[in-house]
Amino acid sequence: MTQAADATVDARGLNCPMPIVKTAQAVKGLTSGQILEVLATDPGSVKDFAAWSKSTGNELVEQTVDGGVYRFVMRKK
Amino acid sequence: MDETINLVLFSGTDDKLQAAAVMTAGAAALGKPVNVFLQYWALRSFSKAEINADHGLAAEAGESGRASVDALAKAGQASWAETFRQAKELGEVDIQACSLSMDVLGLEDEDLDPLVDGVEGVTAFYLNAGDGRIIFI
Repeated sequence: MTQAADATVDARGLNCPMPIVKTAQAVKGLTSGQILEVLATDPGSVKDFAAWSKSTGNELVEQTVDGGVYRFVMRKK
Repeated sequence: MDETINLVLFSGTDDKLQAAAVMTAGAAALGKPVNVFLQYWALRSFSKAEINADHGLAAEAGESGRASVDALAKAGQASWAETFRQAKELGEVDIQACSLSMDVLGLEDEDLDPLVDGVEGVTAFYLNAGDGRIIFI
């Protein structure tokens, strides 16, 4: 089941820490409950997003991978 | 309740500064305040004259290290200065120049790149660090 996103961050091709940095920047612009979708190709981002979600309280709703592209769906707390 | 992350930067090579920038941006993304203290060659790399210069890599990088770093830069990785700028936009990042190192290098306030927020001594740095971790690069 795919959530419709309120905003998308395309971090494909970016290395650590940029996927998280861009995500944190985008989340700032959202209101509580809104959904952010992030696309990344950096394999390190899987653990980073789990950690960031745990640390900031923004829920990682869904995580998929397709042909080397990771898709993270986060809900702003 | 987020403890500060405090980085003391001594080395001014591009690889170590990139490592420092990544640590800073990561902390900022997590909402942790970051205090950066620039000493010696790190401070020199943050001067207006040097900020865009090639500072080389640590000796241990060797030729293969240089090739790896260049490949990543070519692939579009941001410079350490740009990563620091993004980190500052993202969170509470304060970059201070060590006053002693300013003297050692003969630098004045106006010689520093705008990334640097001010000049302070080690005592002020410790005070701002509080109980947070201090990392030396």
